[in-house]
Amino acid sequence: MTVVDLEKGVPQEAPEDASADTADTAVAAAAALPDVPRRIGGVTRSGVLSVFGAAASGLCVTVLLFGELAPFSGALGFFITAYLSFLGIYAVLTGLEEDGQAVRDRVMTVVLWTAGGLMFTALTMVVGFTAWRGREALPHANFFTQDMQAAGPLDPLTHGGIAHAMLGTLIMIAIALAITVPLGLACAVYLNQIPGRFSRFVRTIVEAMTALPSIVAGLMVYAVWILNLGMQKSGLAAGFAISVMMLPIVIRAADVVLRLVPGTLTEASEALGAPRWRTVWHVVLPTARSGLATAVILGTARGIGETSPVLLTAGFTAALNGDPTSGPMVSLPLAVFNFVKSPEPTMIARGFGAAAVLMALVLVLFVIARVIGGRGPGHQNKRQARRAVRASRRDTTRFAELHTPGLELFETGDRDNSGESNEPRGAGNGAPSPDAPAADNGEQSPADNAPAPADGESAPQGPLAPDDETVTGGAGGNEDLATGDSH
Amino acid sequence: MVSALKDSAGAESERPVPRRPSPARGLGDRIFRVQLTASGVIVLAIMAAVGLFLLLRAGQALRTRGIWDFLTTAQWQPDVHRFGIAAVLTGTLLIAAVAVTISVPLALGTALFISDIAPRPLRRTLVSMVDLMAAVPSVVYGLWGLFFLQQHVIGVSRWLSDWFGWIPFLHVDGTQPGEPLASQSVYTASTFVAGIVVALMVAPIQCSVMREVFAQAPAGEREGAYALGATRWGMIRAVVLPYGMGGIIGGTMLGLGRALGETIAVYLIISPVFTIQPHILQTGSNSVSSLIALHYGDASTFGMSALMAAGLALFLLTLAVNFTASSIVARSRSGAQSEA
Repeated sequence: MTVVDLEKGVPQEAPEDASADTADTAVAAAAALPDVPRRIGGVTRSGVLSVFGAAASGLCVTVLLFGELAPFSGALGFFITAYLSFLGIYAVLTGLEEDGQAVRDRVMTVVLWTAGGLMFTALTMVVGFTAWRGREALPHANFFTQDMQAAGPLDPLTHGGIAHAMLGTLIMIAIALAITVPLGLACAVYLNQIPGRFSRFVRTIVEAMTALPSIVAGLMVYAVWILNLGMQKSGLAAGFAISVMMLPIVIRAADVVLRLVPGTLTEASEALGAPRWRTVWHVVLPTARSGLATAVILGTARGIGETSPVLLTAGFTAALNGDPTSGPMVSLPLAVFNFVKSPEPTMIARGFGAAAVLMALVLVLFVIARVIGGRGPGHQNKRQARRAVRASRRDTTRFAELHTPGLELFETGDRDNSGESNEPRGAGNGAPSPDAPAADNGEQSPADNAPAPADGESAPQGPLAPDDETVTGGAGGNEDLATGDSH
Repeated sequence: MVSALKDSAGAESERPVPRRPSPARGLGDRIFRVQLTASGVIVLAIMAAVGLFLLLRAGQALRTRGIWDFLTTAQWQPDVHRFGIAAVLTGTLLIAAVAVTISVPLALGTALFISDIAPRPLRRTLVSMVDLMAAVPSVVYGLWGLFFLQQHVIGVSRWLSDWFGWIPFLHVDGTQPGEPLASQSVYTASTFVAGIVVALMVAPIQCSVMREVFAQAPAGEREGAYALGATRWGMIRAVVLPYGMGGIIGGTMLGLGRALGETIAVYLIISPVFTIQPHILQTGSNSVSSLIALHYGDASTFGMSALMAAGLALFLLTLAVNFTASSIVARSRSGAQSEA
């Protein structure tokens, strides 16, 4: 990650002017060359000018080609031709003043910018087009409050809506989450905590299943639930199908996050004598919390948008149905799919409106995932850092309280009788309570006292993992932890 | 620690005995282990059930028809026992091929752009945008392809078929090069259009796999390349690309797996035909998944069994592709070595 910081600072031999003189030895040549570092990136005047010059002349050439010389047609063809001529002209222009390597570098930089630009333009176009076409249906309030039962295909947009699809989506995704979250997270913990041949096998299968075609998930639930068990198509079946599709995605993402939990943290917990399940519950899961939430939410975003499993298992209805166990149910993507199959413009407008709602839903989920997640395990946002600092201050004062009476007792123990009275208790007490040794054990040195409260037997009161670390570093220990993790 | 050991070991033994670490100690840990293992077994059972039940249901159709006939017949008339997946499988593979051909350069370029070229403050945003793009529902891509992209692609399709029609798979029946009045409808609903839409869907997934691998390319080697006087592109070619080769191949194949299984976007765009259609620019195509989506509603019991057989074929195909992909990614130098 330090590459770019160093890019400008590292002086590099620039062979640009090597053509000036060919000296006898390499040493002499190196000495004769001016020590000008090669520019990596950055903007130069001639660079900018040649980009714009090449763009202008490329455009002109293309207009000429399309208008006068060749029978080309189509807007996309125009852009492709313009881009190719721009690239050629830019290479020639750069070649006027740079060597071959630099020309290749410049051209490839432009090509990579183009690839990035294309990708993000495509995203903007897909999202923007849906929102733009959805503008006809979205302003009508009834679109969100009514179902399509009373609205025929020829009715205007002031009748009917997608309330049934919205409710259906919520119910289906709730069912899917109720199955996926416990099972998926438990399986991810299993893959991480109980290594062995079997868990490796499970991981391989899960990884191969992440790209399971969603329609196959639908087919499987159709085969089991509807054909074998004789149930009818329902929201429950659709929820099952979505779960089958989401499960590998959630497990895979959670597995990756859990793998990133620093081994030092779990080892510290083990060293304190905590049993495995306490380590997982109090150290591993809290450390990876934001990443796990992100995994679940991204899986949800995928599950909400899938059409084909729902298509096979939920049936289709125009009526509002709040009961997932009986009767057909519709989800948003399925509603979109059915709307746009109709030739009527109002139905297509409804389809785009529903698609825009679906997009907004995915977008909201995504933003939530980014806000709570997005950083690696062990990295804290400001609020978490403040909380950790407060917790470690509390621990520091608690430790100070634990130490101070002990010290006083130790120092005054020889003069008073309290030291003698404590001695048999301290020796005979098999399992002291966490506070007992600190308050009473006068015969022990403070150094012996320190680890006692943090002993595994006396079960940590559910502190976050970073808190345990910051105890030693005091209030400022969080930065150390964060930087330590990032390596 | 010493005091703790004294406490637990008692006063009788003077020498502190270290606690023996064992995978499971205590009742709590044993329950914990059993629960976790059970969850692993359940997940495995669900995944196995996918293949098992498809196989069970497909058995009837496959026994009637025979596997070889099933793979080589191009028609789909299960009620007269004349059906096979030759046409739809070809269509699936062609759509996936077009998609991968378009998406890999796009994804590779974007991944390199994000990891090495883009201004540093922008990078996090760009990564989020790529991830968001991967989460956009497929039906939205399908809508965009059907109502927006199709009419703009016709020009490109015509240009390609006019100038490169001599290449067999770019040929379009019923058109003459330079014929201005040729009907536009021969270019719509083609493998090419569906392939472009699927390419846009799989490119973000490929891009994020590639970018993650590129970001792990060792900083020392990058700086070494710069110190030897490399340009930025020289550094990318000498360090980043060889290092990320496993990620490039793995990401490509993951995208291929997704492209093979895509249903709704393809279904919305293509007009289904049941002959082998090798001309990618010409109207009419098909894929296994859209075959299932098209026929599940009106299928008889035997027809459903035939559809299950088609689903099984798709399942096995994507499984093979994914296994290859994940083993390549895992074997590349850039495995996840998070434990320090």
